[in-house]
Amino acid sequence: MVSGTAQPASLSVLFWAFNRLALQGFGGVLAVAQRELVERLGWLSREDFVEMLSIAQVLPGPNVVNLSLMIGDRFFGLRGALTALAGMLLFPSVIVLGLASISDALLQQQTMAGALRGMGAVAAGLIIATGLKLLPSLKRNPLGRAWALLLALAAFGAIALARSPLVWVVLGLGGIGMGLAWRRLSRDDGGKRA
Amino acid sequence: MNELSLAQFGGLFLHFLMLSLLSIGGAITAAPEMHRYLVGQQGWLTDTQFTSSIALAQAAPGPNILFVAVLGWNVAGPLGALATMAGIMLPSTTLVLAATRWAREHRHTVGVRAFTAGMAPLTLGLLIATGWLLAVPYVRDPEHRVATLAVIALTVLLTVKTRIGLVWLVLGGGVLGALGIV
Repeated sequence: MVSGTAQPASLSVLFWAFNRLALQGFGGVLAVAQRELVERLGWLSREDFVEMLSIAQVLPGPNVVNLSLMIGDRFFGLRGALTALAGMLLFPSVIVLGLASISDALLQQQTMAGALRGMGAVAAGLIIATGLKLLPSLKRNPLGRAWALLLALAAFGAIALARSPLVWVVLGLGGIGMGLAWRRLSRDDGGKRA
Repeated sequence: MNELSLAQFGGLFLHFLMLSLLSIGGAITAAPEMHRYLVGQQGWLTDTQFTSSIALAQAAPGPNILFVAVLGWNVAGPLGALATMAGIMLPSTTLVLAATRWAREHRHTVGVRAFTAGMAPLTLGLLIATGWLLAVPYVRDPEHRVATLAVIALTVLLTVKTRIGLVWLVLGGGVLGALGIV
């Protein structure tokens, strides 16, 4: 993995960074995580982020929680992983449980339901935008840009339009991608050695 | 909220412990199974409580996994939340740490490089597909279709082209929703 240009100075910097991004994540944290970790703090390059997300999403557990563990572990080992995780979960869980203890009536209200709708629609847009913003990272993919974009498009079509089960998409298209990448990488390595 | 015996707390914890390793693609993929257990089998939650727990966690700041804590809270208060969250987190966290270290140690091997390179296009395709699927129910409502599409398009445009704080976009969407526009 290529290192990002910057890195967290201490565990407490790591904790507050993850706390900050979690508290901005209404309707999901991934879009904010990309903005903060790649664009604002520069702890990860765009390629690093996609690479870590690729691993995070095939493992059980929420992608953003997995990402926080992986990033914390990368900078500070186990202590870092637990610190990043705590930063991500501590204050948000206090807030959400506080809301849970008062909110049954609140959620039934028309205005509140409308507000949740609007926020949900924007959150959906944020995720689409994050995916689009990361697409240029495929330029440096060993598959070559054409193959990479084709596979991305096929994955989108299979999930969003054909509604295929995730496991088949990962095994099928992922298998094709990995097979192609394997062939090119071992050919390149062979070329270098020769 | 229910009065749970110690054995029942143990059962709750173990059930979420088991669901943890099945939650590939996020804990939400295990939501139907949680529903079956908490609402159907144990009768600890009503249908409405279950659905509004998820809606609340998605609207509140923080990772959506916190819906698991809200479910536990609504079953049995603070100890319930602790049981469900500890259960859902422990196995996946351990596995992720082991896997990420293994991948880092072997990152120069053709196998790991082929995995990340081959998966990257899928990761981005899936990300955009997730946003798409989340948007579909909002857009399907005929009364708000045009306004909602416009809001989503504007969100994408502003996020890609500007550095505006994302939290403002979400709050803006909340205001438009509260006013009945989207």
